[in-house]
Amino acid sequence: MSTTTVDTPPVARATGGNSRTGDKLFAGAATASGLFVLVLLGAIIVSLFIGALPAFRAFGPFFLVNANWDPVQEIFGAAVPIFGTVVTSVLALLMAVPLAFGIAFFLTELAPAWMRRPVGTAIELLAAVPSIIFGMWGFFVIVPIMGTYIEPPIIDLLDGVPLLGTLFSGAPFGTGIFTAALILALMVIPFIAATMRDVFLTVPAVYKESAYGLGCTTWEVMRSIVIPFTRVSVVGGIMLGLGRALGETMAVTFVIGNTNRITGSLFGPGNTIASIVALEFPESPAGSLKLSSLLALGFILFAISFIVLAISRFLLKPKAAA
Amino acid sequence: MSATLTITRDRRVAEMLSRRRQRSNAVVKTLCLIATLIGLAFLVSILLTLVLRGAGAIALSTFTHVTKAPGSGGGLLNAIIGSLIQTVVGTAIGTPIGLLAGTYLAEYASGSRLGDVIRFVSDILLSAPSILIGLFVYQLMVAPAGGFSGIAGCVALAVIVIPIVVRTTEDMLRLIPVSLREAAVALGAPKWKSITLICYRAARDGIATGVLLAVARIAGETAPLLFTSLGNLNWSLDLTQPMSSLPVTIYQYAGSAFDDWVQLAWAGALIITMGVLAINVVARLVLRPRS
Amino acid sequence: MPNDPNERPTLPMSTTLNMAPPLVREQSSAASVLAGVPARLSIQNLDFYYGANRALKSVDLDLPDRKVTAMIGPSGCGKSTLLRVLNRMYDLYPGQRAEGRVMLDGENILDPGLDLNQLRSRVGMVFQKPTPFPMSIYDNIAFGVKLHERLSKSAMDERVEWSLSRAALWGEVKDRLASSATGLSGGQQQRLCIARTIAVRPEVILLDEPTSALDPISTLKVEELIDELKQDFTIAIVTHNMQQAARCADQVAFFYMGEMVEVAAAAQMFTAPKQKRTQDYITGRFG
Repeated sequence: MSTTTVDTPPVARATGGNSRTGDKLFAGAATASGLFVLVLLGAIIVSLFIGALPAFRAFGPFFLVNANWDPVQEIFGAAVPIFGTVVTSVLALLMAVPLAFGIAFFLTELAPAWMRRPVGTAIELLAAVPSIIFGMWGFFVIVPIMGTYIEPPIIDLLDGVPLLGTLFSGAPFGTGIFTAALILALMVIPFIAATMRDVFLTVPAVYKESAYGLGCTTWEVMRSIVIPFTRVSVVGGIMLGLGRALGETMAVTFVIGNTNRITGSLFGPGNTIASIVALEFPESPAGSLKLSSLLALGFILFAISFIVLAISRFLLKPKAAA
Repeated sequence: MSATLTITRDRRVAEMLSRRRQRSNAVVKTLCLIATLIGLAFLVSILLTLVLRGAGAIALSTFTHVTKAPGSGGGLLNAIIGSLIQTVVGTAIGTPIGLLAGTYLAEYASGSRLGDVIRFVSDILLSAPSILIGLFVYQLMVAPAGGFSGIAGCVALAVIVIPIVVRTTEDMLRLIPVSLREAAVALGAPKWKSITLICYRAARDGIATGVLLAVARIAGETAPLLFTSLGNLNWSLDLTQPMSSLPVTIYQYAGSAFDDWVQLAWAGALIITMGVLAINVVARLVLRPRS
Repeated sequence: MPNDPNERPTLPMSTTLNMAPPLVREQSSAASVLAGVPARLSIQNLDFYYGANRALKSVDLDLPDRKVTAMIGPSGCGKSTLLRVLNRMYDLYPGQRAEGRVMLDGENILDPGLDLNQLRSRVGMVFQKPTPFPMSIYDNIAFGVKLHERLSKSAMDERVEWSLSRAALWGEVKDRLASSATGLSGGQQQRLCIARTIAVRPEVILLDEPTSALDPISTLKVEELIDELKQDFTIAIVTHNMQQAARCADQVAFFYMGEMVEVAAAAQMFTAPKQKRTQDYITGRFG
């Protein structure tokens, strides 16, 4: 390259002005979008609260414990939907957690390698099925099965047994709290199983290998190494499932029976915050106290979900970062 | 002599213990297998039900006719088109915001307090009940405007899209090695160009997966549309008017007393589920980031 | 023979001539070890901090114009840190800062008002591991050029061919410029990164252990390339490999614990180092 000399004029370089403006614009847009997400959550809280104010003013704290929902006399209370929301969600977790644990254990430790990916994907697909489909399927398939084959024998069997007899009493309609919880369980299983699987996989192989080296069986390794190691995250995953179950709307609306009454029987009908909002909304004119009460229910649901999800995230965080 | 005796006794204890341990191991393994089979059985049951009831209900008229009064035929054309429009517009609104917010978290907010708060809030939104997002958009757009509208439905869906895209964008950008960013910077690329031209490209498959999963999620959403786009039994492409959608139509028809409406609900259910699952499979299998 | 000058494609005069700006003779504080060669870049009394940790201590070093300077020393001695000061790569990370002066064309590049993107177009860098961008071979080269210049399609084609040829890669990739750069072998990827760097036509090229991830044959090619490139570019290379320093460098600087212990012409450094620490390191490494 003898043509190159040292004493030639400098290469023309683009000035930095453009790139600095571009940097500022892009950073500004990114930051604004980030802040927008923050504002979004704030706006959701504020708009629900403003909408709920007339109801909170009219009923005060009594709103939370009042079991009436009387559009004629314009007296509204949140006790039944809150009860239904909590009971269906907790019951759903009682059913979902053991199954989800089994699936996660199967997928991480038991299944042959070739099976893990397709089975894992199939379970994840269950989470992708729209909730209205769960509702339809539950209504047309599960409800008849429950009403015909499951509920009558249980009611007969437990009839007269103290407590359990009451818990499982009433007419076998097939719909009701228990069926809603069953469908909810099915819907949250994939979320809990996927989280459990992911945290199980974070256990360093060397821990498991040293346990196997002592002659432990697969189950013993799971019980004494994997579960203690991941306990906090597993609870976080369960809370995530709970957060999902609390706000589920369509599936529950189809099968819960939609009655604003606490029957004391798990086979009895009921409602949840989400289901009553979905059902009553069309008959609530803008500006009415009823609409405000529905928005108040929404606000309460948001508060419950927020707490549950915040706990879930708090529990999942340290492991996720590691 | 005594030493031999001890060993024999130990072995017997060990064998007994071993048998017991193997048995509980086998029991747990079997239970886990059953749990997995139950999960799969439910998926199969849902799909079978949809195919058995839906396949017979789908006809050409399902795709060529709009919804009509019970007993007079009709199809789901307006619902299908309405769902497509609201899903596409919702994705189009939500994706850029989510992409930029995810970029902010990954590229500008590392270790910052504000970034942690935004990440937390986005995660809450990701799992927040979708019915509340419907109520929110009702309060924000429908009540002040005095009427339900397709665009309100789009906005509600966009709010659902945003946190999904935020999460995948941030995760995917964080997977990109520092060396690639440094190489771009070392050539004199300003930060925004190294992000948009290099990092986005390297993370393209992962981000596309996230967007696709978001599409699949909102395509099946019902609750947020009940209070926003409401549904429309007539043909309408006007975003300022109530707009039909598949999930809402399914909801209305499935609970109706008319057999032909219930049939159409099954047809719609099959269409939406197959569409959503197909998008999921594509996103997971085809675009899966190389790991 | 990629090194044969007759086979090397040449660019139009404008491109070839404007390789480097006029040399401002830097007021160097260190005695020049290569007689008669002016400094292209002059490091003066440089301190560097990772937070409170002082990683470089009062370093003085000149990079002679169009010569290869090798920086050697044990891991953590500060040689890579020094390299990352020269194009202000450390600016990406909060808490890292440099004090002192690094003069390039009469300008202190540590000046806070300096346009960093422009600086980096004048001081290019090649990393330890190949960093091909996820795009075609052609676009990899064009990416850096487009940041600083507006070229017509044909001028860009010429530039791409020129830089790939200078990086001894043209013959291997000329038929697949549109295919993805990530499909190249490790050695080819590294030469692509070198081509990408010289396509911007910097004055100084920084090489951070450029062959440590490569096999011996690829290493040899890159070393030949360095020898070839020093006709046009001032080169600084960080290496762990003593033989490599001896083969490639005109000037060698030995670093230890953040200090520059000794700088000398390559031949002198490896035969008659002045400092005992240098001698220990070199002989220790040679067994």
